[in-house]
Parts: sequence; C-alpha cells; structure tokens
Amino acid sequence: MSVESLKCKECGETYELGAGYACERCFGPLEVAYDFSGLDPAEVKRRIQAGSQGIWRYVDFLPFSGPPRDPLEPGLTPLVRADRLAERLGLDAEIWIKNDAANPTHSFKDRVVAVAVAKARELGFETVACASTGNLANAVAAHAAAAGLESYVLVPANLEEQKLLATGIYGTNLVGVRGNYDAVNRLCTELAETRPWAFVNVNLRPYYAEGSKTLAYETAEQLGWELPDRVVCPIASGSLFTKVARGFQEWTDLGLISGSQPVFNGAQALGCSPVATAFAEGWDVCKPQKPETIAKSLAIGDPADGPYALEQARRSGGAVDSVDDDEIRAGIRLLAETTGIFTETAGGVTVGVLAKLAQRGEIGAGERVVLYITGEGLKTLDAARDSFHMHEIDPDLESFESEFETTQEVVA
Amino acid sequence: MAVTVKIPTQLRAATGGDAEVEVSGSTVGEVLDAVFDAHGDLRERITQDGDLRRFVNVYVSGEDIRFQQGLDTTIDEGDEVTILPAVAGG
Repeated sequence: MSVESLKCKECGETYELGAGYACERCFGPLEVAYDFSGLDPAEVKRRIQAGSQGIWRYVDFLPFSGPPRDPLEPGLTPLVRADRLAERLGLDAEIWIKNDAANPTHSFKDRVVAVAVAKARELGFETVACASTGNLANAVAAHAAAAGLESYVLVPANLEEQKLLATGIYGTNLVGVRGNYDAVNRLCTELAETRPWAFVNVNLRPYYAEGSKTLAYETAEQLGWELPDRVVCPIASGSLFTKVARGFQEWTDLGLISGSQPVFNGAQALGCSPVATAFAEGWDVCKPQKPETIAKSLAIGDPADGPYALEQARRSGGAVDSVDDDEIRAGIRLLAETTGIFTETAGGVTVGVLAKLAQRGEIGAGERVVLYITGEGLKTLDAARDSFHMHEIDPDLESFESEFETTQEVVA
Repeated sequence: MAVTVKIPTQLRAATGGDAEVEVSGSTVGEVLDAVFDAHGDLRERITQDGDLRRFVNVYVSGEDIRFQQGLDTTIDEGDEVTILPAVAGG
C-alpha cells in the first residue's frame, strides 16, 4: 500500500494516519499523502483491469493499509455519449455523461462514504456520523447499515421529503436540525470534539474526500485510458471538483495516461454561489452566503475547499459559473429529453452551466467534454412538478382519438 | 464584558489543554487579543498579518462573524465565542 501520512495542504506539516482533519499549526486542511514511486504502471493497469467491478479496483490509490472491508461497493457507473444533447446545444463536440446516479444510494456520495466507512472500520470506530445536505445522509445510513455500524445523520430539517425517507429507512438515528447546512456542519464540528464517532466529513474528511478521485480514474479508464479535454462538475464544498483534478494528475504523473490536464468548469446554483462569485470578482477566498436555491444538495454557503476550487478553475483555464432556478429546471428537462437520464437539481445545475458555456461559444469543435451527473431525479421530484402536461381521458377509443386530434390541431 | 471562548481540540496544546478560556472585551477582536495575551502561541496559529487565517471560523453565539462585522462584531453579555476549523463538510 502506498499511503504514507496526513499532510497539511497549507504548511506541509505531516501527521499520523488517524482521525484528524485540521492542522494544529495553521488550521489548514489535512490531505492524504502517498508514495507511488514503488508502483509499476503496466502492473497497476493489469491489476485494475482484473480488479473488482467497482471502486476497489483502484485500491492502490486509496488510503488503506490493508484491503478495504465494504459490502456495498459503489462505482463503475455508466459513461454515456450524449450526441443528442450536443446537437440541441448546437455543439460540434463529444459530450459524455458520467451518470453517478447509478450507485447503490443513487449519488456520487456512495464513493466517498464507502472509503470513509471502510477507513472508520480500519481505525476501530463503531459509530459513523455526518453533516449532510441529503445525498450524503442516504449513503452514510446505507453503508453503516450494510457494515453493521451505528450511525447518526444530521441534516437541515427542511430537506426534500424523498431524501429524508431514503435515509430513515436504513435504521439510522436521523436528526433534523432547525438551521441551514452550514449550521449543521458547525454543530457536527463541535460534536466531533466530544463524541468518539467517525464523522465522515469532519474528522475523517481527508479519507472521505479521496473517494472522489475514483470518478477521475473511471472516466479515464472508460475513455480508453485517455483524458477528456474538459469537465463540467458541480461545486458544493469544492471537494469533488478538486479531487477529480487530483485523480487525473496522479494517473498522469504515474504514466497511466498522458496529455494535457482537462479544463475544469465548475457549476453552482445562483442562490448559493460563493465560489462562482469569488471567481467572477477575482478573489482567492470565498465570502460565505445564506443559501436560497432549489439545488439543496449544493447549498453550502461556506465551502471548505472553496479556495482550492478557485485555484483549480483558474489554473486549468476554466471558470466557475452559476445558473438560476429556472435554468436548473430546464437543465433537468434537457438532459432527460436528450439522454433518458433523469437527474436531481444538482445535475440540472451542471447541464445548465454546459448550456451557458455552449451559448458563450467556449466549447471548441471536436472537444471531448465530460459532465459529472452526481445524483438521481427521483430524490428531488418537486423540481419536475408542473414541467409537463398529462392527458386525462375516459377509457374508450373515442376519447383517445378526440384528445389527440385536438392536440394535433393545436400543435398545427 | 466577560466572555467564554471555546478552544477547539487542535489548539489546546497552546492553552495547556484548556477547552475554554475566560477573558473580557467588547468586540471579537478585543476578545481574541485578550486570548492571545493569555496564550501567546495562539496568535500565530490562527492569525496572519493581523487577520484571521483563511481556514479559521469564529462564531459569536453560533453566528459566523463574517455575516456580522468580522473582528469588529460586538459582544453582548452572555455571548459565547467559538473558534473552529473551516475545513469540514461537503
């Protein structure tokens, strides 16, 4: 195993591989450090191809000291070519959809939680917990249930009903907090000081975040061991956005793939756009916001990895854009109509930003673009309500004929 | 104004292990200066050039000071000041 230590991203101070997330010297975030120098690329490639049908095929690049124990393995979700979407947007480009709704609890959060829960077991924790905007809640409750661990899931009390139901069913301790996500997160940061629990996105966050790299690995592998030219990726805390970049870089450094690193386009909802605002203003830190958007899974007003997401967007020649609630609904509809994939509001944000880039003429002819669709439409049904008309008829032929005759006349 | 400042685990080596520090001050800036007077090591750990480092969050009775007047946020009787790492969540 290549994993070495926890290392501060700000000052470089190193720590042992335990449950810790903030540097004692400068308060910067800790990240897992590896030494990949002992890996032979050809051998690693063979090992990956002969590996499991999920994220554990990439275990060489994950933070474990032995084989991870996890009965609910996520990953190897479909990468689908979306020519009809490209056509609708007037693009002469290769558009690919990485459909991460096809995970055990229907979002990319299964990746990070599988890594965090397996690490929690390795470190000897008996209880896992999280602060969540919804998708993480589903994943923590499910993976804890599968592993036989106790769990506490803290969410804003006003979350979408579908996400509450799809959490409580796993038998977790579901806690609705009267406050927004940032308040839930602060509470969990305080709780992590007093409870002997593995908070997946607090004291286990360095490990948890590593799970997002598997999205980059899969993308490269599914494109035939090649890099895309551009990715469009939603930003909430900024962790996914920066870790996908790290995944591509690690494989390039090792020689598994080659070429220029992709351009990174970040996608936020206008009603919660601290990173897009900082990008537009030229700031290197984000000013926190009070979220007001239908994209609740992206409603983090104080993004922990905001500064790094900004750096990544700028360094790669990309940008961070935002779209309003109507554009989010239109994005959900557009993806559904052109690919048969029904995504949640976060996916609407991502497709909305792709449409914006297309409109601005930023996507060149022949470019290979990957969109990260991180969650399932059935979890945010309100966003689809009233977006279409249902024909209601009596159960006889005449009724059907007259309904569609009328409709055709109206259309004509 | 007497106020309790809650110190996170990561900084307790600088307070001799204390989880709370009692000081007085009328703004967050004054309160933090009083904390630094008592525990000199803390200044460098959470501030840089007179400002809070970018991964340090400070709350007055649960409310982030960046939604208020930052270090000039006033302290009322009974308020509690909490310092936390800004690197959790998501």
